[in-house]
Amino acid sequence: MSTTDAPDQAEVESEAPPPAEERHGCLVLRSLGQEVLLVPRDRYLDVIGALKDEGYAMCIDVTAVDYLVHGSRPLPPGIAVERFEVVVNLLSLESPRRVRLRVQVPATDPSLPSLFDLYPGSEAMEREVFDLMGIRFIDHPDLTRILMPEDWEGHPLRKDYSMGRVPVQFKHPPATR
Amino acid sequence: MTDTSSRLTAETSEGAQELVSRAETTPAELRREEGATLRLPEGVALDPGDVSIEVAEDETMIINMGPQHPSTHGVLRVMMELEGEMVLRSKPVIGYLHTGMEKTGEDLMYMQGGTNVTRMDYLAPLFNELVFSMAVEQLLEIEVPERSTWIRMLMCELNRMSSHLLFMATNGMDLGAVSMMIYGWRERELVLSFFEKTTGLRMNHNYIRPGGVAADLPSGWQEDVAGLCDKIMPRLDEYDDLLTGQPIFRQRTEGVGVITGEQAIALSATGPLLRSAGVAWDLRRSMPYLHYDQVDFDVVVGSYGDSFDRYAIRLNEIRESIRIVRQIIDLMPEGDYRIQDKKVTPPPRGRIDESMEALIHHFKLFTEGFKVPEGEVYVAVESPRGELGCYLVSDGSAKPYRLHIRGPSFVNLQALPLLMRGGMVADAVAVISSIDPVMGEVDR
Amino acid sequence: MGLEDLNHNFLTGTLEDLVKWARRNSVWPATFGLACCAMEMMATGAANYDISRFGMEVFRASPRQADLMIVAGRVSQKMAPVLRQVYDQMMEPKWVISMGVCASSGGMFNNYAIVQGVDQVVPVDVYAPGCPPGPETLLHAILTLHEKIRNGEITRRRHETGAGAGLQLDASLPDRGSSERVNVPVGTPE
Repeated sequence: MSTTDAPDQAEVESEAPPPAEERHGCLVLRSLGQEVLLVPRDRYLDVIGALKDEGYAMCIDVTAVDYLVHGSRPLPPGIAVERFEVVVNLLSLESPRRVRLRVQVPATDPSLPSLFDLYPGSEAMEREVFDLMGIRFIDHPDLTRILMPEDWEGHPLRKDYSMGRVPVQFKHPPATR
Repeated sequence: MTDTSSRLTAETSEGAQELVSRAETTPAELRREEGATLRLPEGVALDPGDVSIEVAEDETMIINMGPQHPSTHGVLRVMMELEGEMVLRSKPVIGYLHTGMEKTGEDLMYMQGGTNVTRMDYLAPLFNELVFSMAVEQLLEIEVPERSTWIRMLMCELNRMSSHLLFMATNGMDLGAVSMMIYGWRERELVLSFFEKTTGLRMNHNYIRPGGVAADLPSGWQEDVAGLCDKIMPRLDEYDDLLTGQPIFRQRTEGVGVITGEQAIALSATGPLLRSAGVAWDLRRSMPYLHYDQVDFDVVVGSYGDSFDRYAIRLNEIRESIRIVRQIIDLMPEGDYRIQDKKVTPPPRGRIDESMEALIHHFKLFTEGFKVPEGEVYVAVESPRGELGCYLVSDGSAKPYRLHIRGPSFVNLQALPLLMRGGMVADAVAVISSIDPVMGEVDR
Repeated sequence: MGLEDLNHNFLTGTLEDLVKWARRNSVWPATFGLACCAMEMMATGAANYDISRFGMEVFRASPRQADLMIVAGRVSQKMAPVLRQVYDQMMEPKWVISMGVCASSGGMFNNYAIVQGVDQVVPVDVYAPGCPPGPETLLHAILTLHEKIRNGEITRRRHETGAGAGLQLDASLPDRGSSERVNVPVGTPE
């Protein structure tokens, strides 16, 4: 009896969600040993402010992912899957550790409050996300394109933006050469 | 095609990305720009309200430096507002080398990805390959063999030397010591010839790949590496004579482009820029990767946060790298240089001739690539310019879903307005040079 | 005064040949480094490869003083207008070497950001392959360019097609590359 039950038991245990870990009221995910916080959009600034007070002195990276063609990514229950995801990496220098925040940003309103007041160093990175991904950062001091020319149309890193590949032409050398 | 040509006729002006004249700027914006974007809560930096913006419009002038300028390290463009010789505001305008590498990276298989990322920071190509490979390996959850880890460390430290030697050359050249440029290149060639012997290329190696390295070290590498260390070490003392003790060089760099530790942290600056301000932060020491916890080296830290400190840090980091390299020569274990995992590593050339399965396997691996489990990961290494990070998202296919590289010089460039503020125009060159930006990595 | 009165050695030749010889031996490149190839271009200028053997060590920062633009690296859509502007600022006669595959054809970056070949923006005289081309390749490209300058191939092509900075030569002038030579008066007999 017990020998037949054991595998079932194991299966049940592996399927059951692990006890939900929380930090600053956000779900904590372990991705390959790295700590990831799933932050709701409306609490984005509060959580990052709390983390900064906790000692995460440096905002090391701000980037975004467009999940247009990969909508079925696994997220814990309670997190609404949206098209964009802004990913913020914070670093604590005193006790060396990192934390990563993922914020769901809907395609209908791709905007997020700017981190500029908390971390002035996020300025260029937010501009890059705006330029290449088209997510607006509210109250950013200088939200202009940073990498592409000013009159560029579209946001190249979005998945519905084509690669822009030009067909390769094999030209004959001009006769006059 | 017609699209391209119509775009090419457009004005070279970038409109809103540029520094705008005083008359068109709001007082708050002026304060922010003159206070160089800093708003620190502890009051260590300027309070925007204290910044004086009382300068008559006709006394200032906006000049444009770059994108084609010999001392902007490529295609950096800096717009500066001057009052006489003094820089009031400045703004870097970047993107002139934007290559769309993150987009291209989504189109290349993991096996091909190294070719793409290695062209980002073209002075430290091996670091780009390393961070990409480490990210892929973490997603695959594989451990590379010991020997390949040590080979990676050896090559990366040599690369750090060549990158810093190039900094010595360009920094000297920018400040008028043109003979320094010749010396820096001469030493760099020593390192490059070893790279060429090992990887086949002087730059853009695609040597470090997911699963290990592309080839084993050539026979007799110990003598080669020890020989080049022995050659370079005394020449660093020559640099001391040429630059460190030279009064003109010191006057042009000491007290120029000063940054404090708080400001550097707030601006997310890493690498020598952060260490020059007295913050002992080096990922090799603070969050060790590879086997950096098994070698002895010192983290070089400055105290004044000026251009001279950044020069001195890099000079001494070359010495530390030589120290690490010498230890690696003794510590290098025998073994495989790449993982013996059929999923990731193609069969050796000899097997392809003998076995049909090996041939098919080889063919499948190079046409379809290997699949990487779904997940996302952020990996960072200490490149010569600071924290080089790679954020990789996989959807379970053979190509990355999203590849993002956190370029250290892209972020460090934000400190430029702060470093240049209140300095002379001639100091701007020293400041840009001391950040050592590589535009390939800034614009990606 | 006749030739027999001259005390020094002298050479005679056509002015065109002398001009080409002079041009070939003092080509001043503009510092136009863009990406990885710029490093190899600078390495070519440094001690190990020593570009001054070819009279070219004077890299000019100002395009107005330069004869040769070595487009070293990938040209982005944002950079292309700047590149054209720098080219237009250079004085005739001017030459362009497209260094590396990115400048020549876009290379591995066939995407939205990179101009697929700098020959869409400026006329290119010599293409140097490689990613990046080593200093030896660049030197070979430079020697090829010298040969083209010497035999007048480039100026002849400019004359025929008008390629260059949109410069049209007056068709009534004698063909500079043809056999119709301009004789140089070295010394006029009395």
